[in-house]
Amino acid sequence: MKTLTKQPTAPKQTGASAISRRNFLRVSALTGGGMMLGFEMLAKAIPEVAADEVLFTPNAYLVIDPKGIVTLMAPNPEIGQGVKTALPMLLAEELDVDWKKVVVTQAPFDAVKYGNQSAGGSGAVRSRWESARKAGAIARHMLVAAAAQTWNVPVEECYTETGFVIHKPSGRKLNYGELTEKASAMPVPEKVTFKDPKDYKIIGKRIPNVDNKAIITGKPLYGIDTRREGMFFTLVARPPAFGKKLKSYDDSETLKVPGVKKVVRWDNVVAVLATNTWAAWKGRDALKLVYEDDSPLESTADHEAAFKKLIQHKADKPAREDGNAEQALAGAKKVIESVYEVPVVSHAPMEPINFFAHYKDGSCELYGPTQVPGRARADVAKALGIPEDKVTLGLPRQGGGFGRKLRTDNAVEAAMISKIAEAPIQMMWTREDDMQGDFYRPSSMFRYRAAIDENNELTGWYVIAAGLNNGRPAIAENFPAGSISNFRVDNHNLSSNIPTGPWRAPTHNSVAFAEQCFIDEIAHELKKDPVAFRLELLEKAKSLGLKINYNIPKFRGVIEKAAEMSNWGKNTPGRFKGFSAYFSFSTYVAEVAEVSVVNGKLKVHKVWAAVDCGQVVNLSGAENQVEGAIIDGLGHAWHTKLTFDKGAVVEKNFQTYKFMRLQDAPPEIEVKFIESHDSPTGLGEPGLPPIAAAVCNAIFAATGKRIRKLPFGEEI
Amino acid sequence: MASFQLNINNKKVTVDVAPDTPLLWVLRDELNLVGTKYGCGVAQCGACTVLINDRAVRSCTLPVSAVRDSKVVTIEGLSENGDHPVQQAWEEVDVPQCGYCQGGQILSAVALLKQKPKPTDEDIDAAMTNICRCGTYVRIRKAIHLASEKGGNG
Ligand code: FES
Ligand code: FES
Repeated sequence: MKTLTKQPTAPKQTGASAISRRNFLRVSALTGGGMMLGFEMLAKAIPEVAADEVLFTPNAYLVIDPKGIVTLMAPNPEIGQGVKTALPMLLAEELDVDWKKVVVTQAPFDAVKYGNQSAGGSGAVRSRWESARKAGAIARHMLVAAAAQTWNVPVEECYTETGFVIHKPSGRKLNYGELTEKASAMPVPEKVTFKDPKDYKIIGKRIPNVDNKAIITGKPLYGIDTRREGMFFTLVARPPAFGKKLKSYDDSETLKVPGVKKVVRWDNVVAVLATNTWAAWKGRDALKLVYEDDSPLESTADHEAAFKKLIQHKADKPAREDGNAEQALAGAKKVIESVYEVPVVSHAPMEPINFFAHYKDGSCELYGPTQVPGRARADVAKALGIPEDKVTLGLPRQGGGFGRKLRTDNAVEAAMISKIAEAPIQMMWTREDDMQGDFYRPSSMFRYRAAIDENNELTGWYVIAAGLNNGRPAIAENFPAGSISNFRVDNHNLSSNIPTGPWRAPTHNSVAFAEQCFIDEIAHELKKDPVAFRLELLEKAKSLGLKINYNIPKFRGVIEKAAEMSNWGKNTPGRFKGFSAYFSFSTYVAEVAEVSVVNGKLKVHKVWAAVDCGQVVNLSGAENQVEGAIIDGLGHAWHTKLTFDKGAVVEKNFQTYKFMRLQDAPPEIEVKFIESHDSPTGLGEPGLPPIAAAVCNAIFAATGKRIRKLPFGEEI
Repeated sequence: MASFQLNINNKKVTVDVAPDTPLLWVLRDELNLVGTKYGCGVAQCGACTVLINDRAVRSCTLPVSAVRDSKVVTIEGLSENGDHPVQQAWEEVDVPQCGYCQGGQILSAVALLKQKPKPTDEDIDAAMTNICRCGTYVRIRKAIHLASEKGGNG
């Protein structure tokens, strides 16, 4: 651990917001190795400040040193969604500093200072939009007040410009760094004024990921890279199937493997601690493990058979009912009926599950990937039987989340093994462990029926859906709800001992495929253009006045934009387009896919996406999220499924659990954001739900074949 | 256990490990070169890619005993200051999302550009088989073309 060379004198406490360099660094260092990078960056960022010089830190989000170096805290975990860049951008904009000169560092986990530090539900930017800008604006107001006092002029005569306070009448200028001491003594303003969006210099611009340099040079950024004195590389043997539990084990061969130091059992897992990963791996292979059945051993085929039955049954209580869909179907001139199926998939973040844990004398130090640090700490404290304040947790950059790290099982497992083994450990799951040890995107099945009357009008819509451990596989409020007078949604839950849970854009990722394809089917049946048909439905929603959760002009806006961008209605010879539009996480996304199918081989040439997510914070990051979401959604729809055979996953690693590779990715994705200064809405997830249907509808246009089961790679 | 002399990032190093240890774990656990990542262990994802005599190799399935005196370059050793044309292009295009796969992607791109300084899209399709779970493929393609313009086989 880094120690300071200079012995600082007592810090000058000129105000509640003043903090000495020594104290600041001490606070940072307290969080342990997790903050090492931040600590080093800070030490570098504040190179030659006399130890008693005052840093200006009006709140936990930012520090300005007397040299004018601005350090911004990124409060939420970075899982690839870009918040380590986007959140400090909000601070920097309102603080009014030169982005090129700021140092960004990951804030320590501290719920008192930073509130909810989580990553999920596309919520980090949404929830911090006000507070992060306010933190920056408070500092700016205090700096202006300090300068006005220095010059003895009214505050109103002063303004800021990228790191300076300027006195307008005289043109005098002070660097923020020159004001740290005085600003620290200024009262914290109750009320602040925000910048006019038209004056934004940072928000809405293309700002590269702040960790790019560290990423492209292979720096130890991730939890899996943690290396500590005396730590053991630890692999765990876990039950080979859901429904099995550990009966007994024999570790005599394991302990003969050179490098293996210890074997311990916790609950149903056996952990092998070794001086390197490979020894732990071989040691684990040498374990003799006996498992016994604990609950039913389920297979995917069982789930499918049960779904097929469920979707034939009316639910006792509909999730939504407008008018009378059954009557509309009974009296219809024509009924369109289709069944859609979506498989289980795994999260499989690129960085496998891991955690560093060191339990000692009633305290536990943790460092590793989690989307919910608060919950991780609470769960670990509970499992260890110690108070929460005895658990410290560092927040590394994370190699993907997709929802996997909303569970805290990895932190708890590592902590318990460390306690039992009485040693610091770096626990890592192999990819095979991850595939068998996930909680999965639930499979689902949807039976849609649409009633068409003699005037060729859509008069009824009835969906009966079933999901694996998912009681609301069809989302009752989803468009076209509100646009059809007879509308009913029934949901059935199929309980299973196979754990399921949130996977990027939970439930939306499945139901969007089914309903956006079914809308295309109806449009085709009615001989209407799919874009015009959606717009017509939106108009109906306006006139029907039923309850809706979407904003009609915004929905219309993205649909029209995507149609315009893609030159909808005109095709390059041999290429065909498909349309889809979906609303989730308060964001509207319409997507058009252009494909060709030659000799059964699909090529997705281009995807256009029109997005309304309110104010865009980081244009480069935002585009990257939408591009990634499109590739993620398309890849899974095309190639990926996870099958269970008697509780065991069949696709155990990436030879059979297929991810999209570069060669299948559309060479071009064009993303346009609707210009807006409304508060930002979600962005990590909303780009994903519409893409599967856009591509499947394009495949239909190209081949006349409807895709109703994912992954479609097996179908065309 | 056996002793192996390796040439990693232009340095001679000696490690004492089991001969069947994959190079990946020698790099990560013995030499603390953690920029080389584990993703699958079965030569599928490419997170563990290193350059061996200028070719992209998946180090998770390469036993250390097979490395001998080959020149191994890891992401840490690709350039002194992180300014290899491919790294520059990666920054300029702002490729990374989570970043976990990117070291492997960059080294695969470097190997491709060594073979084909002006790769076509088809060349890129064929050579770039590393998985990016975050889906940065559009930007990877763009960055490779940009690196090629910058003289990326450097
Ligand atoms: S870890 Fe080597 S290819 Fe995946
Ligand atoms: S950037 Fe996350 S896996 Fe590629």
